[in-house]
Amino acid sequence: MLRYLIPLVLFLALAIFLAIGLTRDPHELTSVLINQPAPAFRLPELKAAGKTISNEDMRGKVWLLNVWASWCVACREEHPWLIKYAQSGAVPIYGLNYKDRREDAIAWLEELGDPYTANAVDFDGRTGIDYGVYGAPETYVIDQGGMIRMKHVGPITPDVWSEKILPVVQQLNRQGTSK
Amino acid sequence: MTRLRGMNKFVGMNKSDEMNKSGRVACPRPSNSGGKPLFLTCSLFSFVIFLICLVASVVVAQVQEEEVRSDDPVIEQRLANLSKELRCLQCQNQTLADSPAGLAADLRREIRVQMKAGKSDQQIIAFLTQRYGDFILYKPRVTFTTYLLWFGPFVLLLGGLYVLFTYIQQRRDQIAEEPLTAEEHRRAQELLASLPGKETL
Repeated sequence: MLRYLIPLVLFLALAIFLAIGLTRDPHELTSVLINQPAPAFRLPELKAAGKTISNEDMRGKVWLLNVWASWCVACREEHPWLIKYAQSGAVPIYGLNYKDRREDAIAWLEELGDPYTANAVDFDGRTGIDYGVYGAPETYVIDQGGMIRMKHVGPITPDVWSEKILPVVQQLNRQGTSK
Repeated sequence: MTRLRGMNKFVGMNKSDEMNKSGRVACPRPSNSGGKPLFLTCSLFSFVIFLICLVASVVVAQVQEEEVRSDDPVIEQRLANLSKELRCLQCQNQTLADSPAGLAADLRREIRVQMKAGKSDQQIIAFLTQRYGDFILYKPRVTFTTYLLWFGPFVLLLGGLYVLFTYIQQRRDQIAEEPLTAEEHRRAQELLASLPGKETL
C-alpha cells in the first residue's frame, strides 16, 4: 500500500507547487525596498521650469510615487483611473517622469489630463535605478516618515486600487493620526 | 527586411567565383580577394552560418552604437565579465551583457560610472542587489531561503540511492530461495524436455 501511496503523495505535492507557480506572474518581483527609506532624489519639476522637487518635500504625509512616461503604453491604460483617484483626494499622487522628453510628457498631460500634484523629471533613469524600477508604470506607496510601504508593478486598475493600494494608504493614515 | 535583402546582395555579389575548376560551388567571398585560390568548399550549412554571423554582427553593432563605451579597456573587460553574471530585469532570460533593453543599457552605464569611481565588483553587486534584489544575480546566493535550491538535488540523490539499495536488497532476498525439492526438479526436467528442438539440461 505504502509503495503506491508515496509516489502519489510526491506527485500531488509537486502538482500543487507547480499549480501555485502557474498562477504567479514571473515578471512581478517583490521589491527589496519595502519598509526601507525611499531613495533620496532632487530632480527638476516637469511643468514648473527652474524648480526642483525632492522626496523630502513630501515628508509628513502619505503619498504615491507613480513612475510613468509618454512612451509607455500601459501608462495610458492606467491614466484615466489615476485621474479619478487623484480627484477623490484619497492620497496625493506624485509622478516620476521616467526617461521621457519633457515636451512629450507635457503634451501627454495636456491631452489626457494631469492627475499629478507634481512631477519629477528623471531624464536618464538614474533615480529609477535607485527605486529598482524595471518597467513603467510602477507605483510606490510612501508613508509620513518617508518609508516605502508598498510597490505595485503594472497599471493601476480599480481592483488594484481598492484591494492593494487604498487599504495600505488608509491604514498608514490611521496610524499616522493616532500617534 | 531591407537589411536582409542588402545582405544577400553582398553575399552573392561575385557570381563568377561561385563555380571553381572542380565544378563545386565555392563559398562567396568579398570581390577584393582577386586571384587567390579558393580554399573553402561551400556547403549550405556553412553558408547559413556565414549569413547568421553577418546579420548578428550588424545587430550587435547597432546595439552598441547607442552606448557610450568607456575608453578604459580594463573597465570594459570588467563590465563584460560582471554583466554576464547579472540578469536583465526587463527581458528576464537575458544577461545584462546581452540585453538590448533600455534598462540594461542604463545599468551598464551605471556600472561603468561606478567602476570609474573605483568601486569593486562586490560593491557594485551590493549596489544592484540593494535596489533590485538577489533576482538580478544569475547565480543565486546560498542563504536560508535558497538552501532547498542548492542542496535539494543532493538530498534527492541520497534519497534515490537509499531507495535503490533497499530495492536491490529486497530483490536479493527474494531471489535467494531454497533449492528445489526432488519432485520440483523432476517436473522441471520434464517441462524442459517437452520443449521442441531443445536439449535437456
